[in-house]
Amino acid sequence: MSRTLVEKIWDAHVVKRQSGFPDLLYIDTHFIHEVTSPQAFDGLRKKNLKVFRPEQTIATADHNVPTLNQHLPIKEELSRFQVAELSRNCTEFGIELYGLGHPYQGIVHVIGPELGFTLPGKTIVCGDSHTSTHGAFGCIAFGIGTSQVEQVLASQCLLLQKPKTMKINIDGVLSRAVGAKDIILYIISKISAAGGTGYFIEYTGEAIRRLSMEARMTICNMSIEMGARGGLIAPDEITFAYLKGKPFSPSGKAWEESLQTWKNLYSDYEASFDKTLHFQAEDISPMITYGTNPGMGMPISGQIPLISSQAAAEQASYQKALAYMGFQEGSSLIGQAIDYVFIGSCTNSRIEDLREVATFVKGKQKSEQVEVWIVPGSKQVESQAKAEGLDKIFETAGFQLREPGCSACLGMNEDKIPAGKYCISTSNRNFEGRQGPGARTLLASPLTAAAAAITGKITDIRQLTTYEKV
Amino acid sequence: MKKFKSLSSRLVPIHVENIDTDQIIPARFLKATTREGFGENLFCDWRYDAQGNPKLDFVLNNPRYEGKTLLAGKNFGCGSSREHAAWAIQDAGFEVVVSSFFADIFKGNALNNGLLPVQVSEGFLAKLFRAVEKNPETIVAINLETQQISLIATGETENFEINPYKKSCLLNGFDDIDFILSHQELIEAFEKETYVY
Repeated sequence: MSRTLVEKIWDAHVVKRQSGFPDLLYIDTHFIHEVTSPQAFDGLRKKNLKVFRPEQTIATADHNVPTLNQHLPIKEELSRFQVAELSRNCTEFGIELYGLGHPYQGIVHVIGPELGFTLPGKTIVCGDSHTSTHGAFGCIAFGIGTSQVEQVLASQCLLLQKPKTMKINIDGVLSRAVGAKDIILYIISKISAAGGTGYFIEYTGEAIRRLSMEARMTICNMSIEMGARGGLIAPDEITFAYLKGKPFSPSGKAWEESLQTWKNLYSDYEASFDKTLHFQAEDISPMITYGTNPGMGMPISGQIPLISSQAAAEQASYQKALAYMGFQEGSSLIGQAIDYVFIGSCTNSRIEDLREVATFVKGKQKSEQVEVWIVPGSKQVESQAKAEGLDKIFETAGFQLREPGCSACLGMNEDKIPAGKYCISTSNRNFEGRQGPGARTLLASPLTAAAAAITGKITDIRQLTTYEKV
Repeated sequence: MKKFKSLSSRLVPIHVENIDTDQIIPARFLKATTREGFGENLFCDWRYDAQGNPKLDFVLNNPRYEGKTLLAGKNFGCGSSREHAAWAIQDAGFEVVVSSFFADIFKGNALNNGLLPVQVSEGFLAKLFRAVEKNPETIVAINLETQQISLIATGETENFEINPYKKSCLLNGFDDIDFILSHQELIEAFEKETYVY
């Protein structure tokens, strides 16, 4: 029988299927971080349980760490305690921790792939909704709650309903200055912040096939922003080339064997999806959000949709969102002054993102009125950026290159955007107060964020004479 | 986990769609390492101003509204997977959340903590909002066994869906972890038979 890729991977991991019950699903790899794991370890202690397969869980500190002076003790007491708890729990339960100071430390969804833990065909979970990122490698990866973190620690399994499947196909070739972030913001703007709920999404089509692994991760990362628990892309030569030689990727004979297995990871030609959507790459422009959920996005040169264009039941929430942002219906955002630029997060903090920004800003200066933070996704990204001299380009431009962590994406550490200020951000959520109480977030690609950093306002990079290619 | 069978309660309405878990409990409050105490920061930025004074136009600060059932617009609990959102709602005294649509992860987290998500039709949700906005003392009865929610004043009733396994967990106070651990031998056998990375 023809099956989708999600079904193939899912079925291969079912330990027990029983009518009237969710599937008992085996989890290959589990990532943990300091924020959503302490209560899970406490649960184990209370029940007198051990970690069942400690070698299949990998830990890092990312959500709550400072991005300046990481070699010094964390100043804020609660944060310091939470990070120390992670270290204590990992020691007690025998889990490998890439904590602060470790050359592998970084945002959990950046380090998993770059270390070669994220591999095609796996099931991967983490107490973080952006675990969908790992789906870029052709695996089933999704975020879980803390009770489930405890279950995976105790048993390497979860009880889950098999999800519905959706195919999103994007044919054609992307236009100039349009990248993966624009693709995903475009899709979410079309199907809404709830349009993918209940589904796992497989992204297919020529425009997806041409993307690098970094770009594919950006797309899968934001699957959750339309409510889909996970998104994935069938592995291909680009995937294999990325994985070869990574520290924990299979090597030698195991690599050859893995490759044979991975080449069978695709949706059968006749497989049926519960839902299929088609988009055309040429229809996508650089995107920006104007509201307080990621579905409220538009082409950067567009106008904010009218309140009357929204469904009657949703007009009050829509109006509330525009009031929060300080924007008027029907207006354009081009020229809107910006106070902060944040380039980072598990969506866009990889080396390719930093290279793209550096290529554009080389020889330019940031606008005086903006503060620009570049927060690399991991120590490895940071070192690579320095090895390539990107740090010098950023320094000359007046951008601050900080140390790795989730940072201003969620404002858990001190990297917060002040109330009322506008931040153009390469992160994934523009919720009210996400980047700090009262902060106003506009989501965009690294390139669009970089353009705003230089001009101090929302800018269509295609209109800049200093912008040549991409 | 705490058992849940039925509840009659007043409604606390938040007539907003797409309420994300960052609104329910902002990230800066996720530094605690225990499950308790999140209720005081539930909807913190909607409930208090920057100086910490209650915003009087927000429903949780309105003495006319109280109850153990939270009523909210569609796509409730979207965004971050933080289970702290379910803990905060429960810690503030709620036992049920009624909406026309729940985000997946939130729904799972709620069920794993004995907080019942009741998904009703758009029409019934609108009816509930109208009723409670007109009369804050409106009472609903929620019966998990029969999977029904009723407006007491009018008798209007709607059935709601729940996975039979999760229903039995809630009715009996069982946790997933006990069920999963009872399959330990099967899990080990699976590992032996299957290529595990």
